Amino acid sequence: MRMPGGLGSLFSRLFRRSAVVDDMAEELRSHIEHRADDLQRSGLDRPTAERRARLEFGAREKYAEESLEALGGNFVDTLLRDVRLAVRVLKKSPGFLIAAVFTLALGIGANAVVFGIMDGIVLRPLNVPDAKNLWGTVYGDDAGFQSYPNYVDLRDRNHSFEDLAAFNFVFAGLDTGKDPAMATGFAVTGNYFDVLRLQPFLGRFFHASDEHGPNSAPFVVLTHAYWRTRFHQDPGVVGRVVAINKHPFTIIGVAPAEFRGTLKFLSPEFFVPIVNQDQLGAWGTLTDRGTTHSIFEAFGHLKHGVTTAQATNDVNAIGDYLARTYPKEATRRNYRLARCGLSAFGTAVYAFVAALMVLAGLILLAACANLGGLFAAHAADRSREVAMRLALGSSRERIVRQLLTEALLISLCGGALGVMGSMALLRRLDTWSPFPGTPIHIPVNTDATIYGIALVLAIVSGLLFGIVPVRQILRANPYEVVKAGPGARLGRRVTVRDVLLVVQIALCAVLVTSSMVALRGLERSLHSDYGFDPRNTMLLGADLNTAAYRSNEILPTQKRLMEAMESIPGVERVGLVNNYPPLVYASASRENVYKDETRDYTQSSVAIMPFRYDVSPGYFDAASTALLAGRDFAWSDTGNMPPVAIVNRSFAQTIFGSVSNAIGHFVRMKDGHRVQVVGVVSDGKYLALNEDHQPALFLPSLQSPMASAYVVVRSHRDPVELASAMRDKLRKVDPGLPGDIQSWNSLLQVALFPSQMATASLGILGIMGAILSITGIFGMAAYSVSKRMREIGIRMALGAKRTEVLKTALGRAVRLLSLGSAAGLVLGILASRMLAYIVYQASSRDPLVLGAVVLSMTLLGLLATWIPAQRALAINPLILLREE
Amino acid sequence: MPDQAQLLPGTLDLLILKAVSLGPLHGYGVLLRIAQITGQALLIEQGALYPALFRLVRQGLLKAEWGTSENNRRAKFYELTAAGRKRFSEETESWNRLSTAMTAALAAQVEEV
Repeated sequence: MRMPGGLGSLFSRLFRRSAVVDDMAEELRSHIEHRADDLQRSGLDRPTAERRARLEFGAREKYAEESLEALGGNFVDTLLRDVRLAVRVLKKSPGFLIAAVFTLALGIGANAVVFGIMDGIVLRPLNVPDAKNLWGTVYGDDAGFQSYPNYVDLRDRNHSFEDLAAFNFVFAGLDTGKDPAMATGFAVTGNYFDVLRLQPFLGRFFHASDEHGPNSAPFVVLTHAYWRTRFHQDPGVVGRVVAINKHPFTIIGVAPAEFRGTLKFLSPEFFVPIVNQDQLGAWGTLTDRGTTHSIFEAFGHLKHGVTTAQATNDVNAIGDYLARTYPKEATRRNYRLARCGLSAFGTAVYAFVAALMVLAGLILLAACANLGGLFAAHAADRSREVAMRLALGSSRERIVRQLLTEALLISLCGGALGVMGSMALLRRLDTWSPFPGTPIHIPVNTDATIYGIALVLAIVSGLLFGIVPVRQILRANPYEVVKAGPGARLGRRVTVRDVLLVVQIALCAVLVTSSMVALRGLERSLHSDYGFDPRNTMLLGADLNTAAYRSNEILPTQKRLMEAMESIPGVERVGLVNNYPPLVYASASRENVYKDETRDYTQSSVAIMPFRYDVSPGYFDAASTALLAGRDFAWSDTGNMPPVAIVNRSFAQTIFGSVSNAIGHFVRMKDGHRVQVVGVVSDGKYLALNEDHQPALFLPSLQSPMASAYVVVRSHRDPVELASAMRDKLRKVDPGLPGDIQSWNSLLQVALFPSQMATASLGILGIMGAILSITGIFGMAAYSVSKRMREIGIRMALGAKRTEVLKTALGRAVRLLSLGSAAGLVLGILASRMLAYIVYQASSRDPLVLGAVVLSMTLLGLLATWIPAQRALAINPLILLREE
Repeated sequence: MPDQAQLLPGTLDLLILKAVSLGPLHGYGVLLRIAQITGQALLIEQGALYPALFRLVRQGLLKAEWGTSENNRRAKFYELTAAGRKRFSEETESWNRLSTAMTAALAAQVEEV
């Protein structure tokens, strides 16, 4: 079929249709007139003749309809007729239309968004060939970190993987000759791209054969996005030499556009061979087996026929071997296999997404219950009209089709609205970077499939609940309904509508309870004791590696930096901490510590594994961490002096029994050297906000210098002013040194991110639940008032008081509301126990939360019944009774 | 009209074809003609005529055209098309066969069996 012709004929059909209808109407009219002429001739007067003629003709609507069908009333014609009638009917009850469309849009929109997130994060594998068979090895619970020698053993000794690649993070300064800037990269093993079976977009990739020992492969591969933004898609980029942390690296290729690295939340900007990672100041060195910092994740394709269970056993056997062979360095921990892309975060992410999915499902369920109630009320309103049409000869099939058309129209409108909303939201999410300046993003799917599924979901749920009233309509005896009027069938028994309303309110109360619990948890975690005060504190991150300082220059330069910051007017205190301060970028590292009397330094005799921080004198002051006993570090605690340490309260209590006992006593580090405890500070949070009291060990940065450090600057000055003053000072110390200047609070956002995300999602879902319960109660109350207008009018005429009127009109709605809310509150409290996994300090037994839920449900009820109540009170019995 | 018979299913179409075969008619005229030629023995609800008429038009057996009636009113006149004429003669023949057979069958006596 030629499309234009086909379309043309369709259009001409559509437009001709009304002409056909007019033509037919005229013909039938002509018939009746001819008959009337005959009757008039037989002696009747004209009006009587016409009336008789019409009567004799029979059910005109029915015959007109049958005629249209006989004329080839095809699907399109019938549909159009139904649609036009549906539009007319819906226009007559805009309240119902808006409530139904809005309800459905909410339900569908929420589900499309959550599904988009789930698809992007969980369902969709990495964008590489055969990703389904790609598995990562997760070592213990510490996000997969392990050492490079362990990786090499894992790679060479396993029998399960075709090959095993690995990657680590590199945060480095990349200088193209004009503008040094920080960039995020992956340090990857030589076989990385081969294991992933990728082909370069430009140039070539490096391979295992390029690795010849430490710092032997100064090559860099750019991601497509970085090539686009930083190198303006210059095809001549291959072969150029750039400086990464002042070391020359040759750009050898550009990765394909669809490959964004092997971690879903973080897209690197470049890839360098891991053998060069020491040059780039990565945390762990390649030769150190004891470190947990030189490999982030090792992954590969399973060999054909190897199950994940077999591979897990295989990898764990190697773990056992390592623990036996290297008792000092290798800790025995369980290996797990995890889908490549989420690594060890998988479990938490799955839990979060599953919780979201459940809640979105509840929203949809509540929306459907609401919809069912709305349709049932609407159908009851129309029972008289439908009865009339049945009595006039319309077929039941025709009426059912009509109802379904209305339901379909509403589903389409609601679905379209929901899809548009979710589209906007998902697009925002896709480009959103929660932490400016970091390549962290949320992977979502914005494909058309999502929206298609959402629309189908809308239509299915719309039709399903549009059918609810059909039975009720078809059961009706037209003559009874026409005779008695719509008010007659008002029953006292429990109807489907009531059940739906209670279910819906209960679901909404669950959502409201959950969001309140989450909100309270977040509020508490914002005000919990971090062990330091992040307010009025700026951080300056400077990695001296990026400017190629020699190791003996590190301490003097850091001292100069601190003095420069101290000289800024308004700065109160300054301190320095190596690597990252607590709670920044979830990056705390632990240290094995032995008791003083221990002589066997294997993993099994470790006494405690505190978080380790190397800090300068004055750090505790600058961070506002309370010194409980002993002294702070002094500038005299240098490498030549006896090693000293400061521990926190948990450490002191665990190892020495009490805070005061700790001072002056010794512990031993992993190589056996003794360290004397000179001070005890208060406990704090180090890795995550929801951790319990954890031991921490602070060592003087003067005794273990490190190139990468943060300077903590406490000042009450305006943060923007302070930041620019700090930048000026930094430039005076070294113009070529990139610095990361941010407030401690803004860096805490990363630590707060999970609970903030959870709270935001739950908050939005809670608001949706609230809106749904308002429309649900409103619909019910408005319906019950309109059904009982006449009864209320009579009662008022007989002298009923306002309170009695309200009780009559709204008593049922209020009873259902209380029942639903109570059920929802109980369920919500049960559900909130699950929230504790995501939201810190989520407690459902909080009286404040319970009070807030009861209060908000009461307010919602008042809000939703306000208008119907006004309407009931405004009834004028005289007018009403005259009308009926 | 006490002794009117119900129309057999399918016979209305044939009656319409017959009525129109005698000359172009408008809808009401078709009814009058049928009443006339059947001696008013059949009961047809007036409206029921139109779905049948339109069905025949759609099948290409009838064609319709607006004109002016004997009452000086606008009316739509129907006449047979070539296909309609052909179908009419076929249907008539098959009806005759059926009716002869039925009549013979119903008239059968015991001794003839």
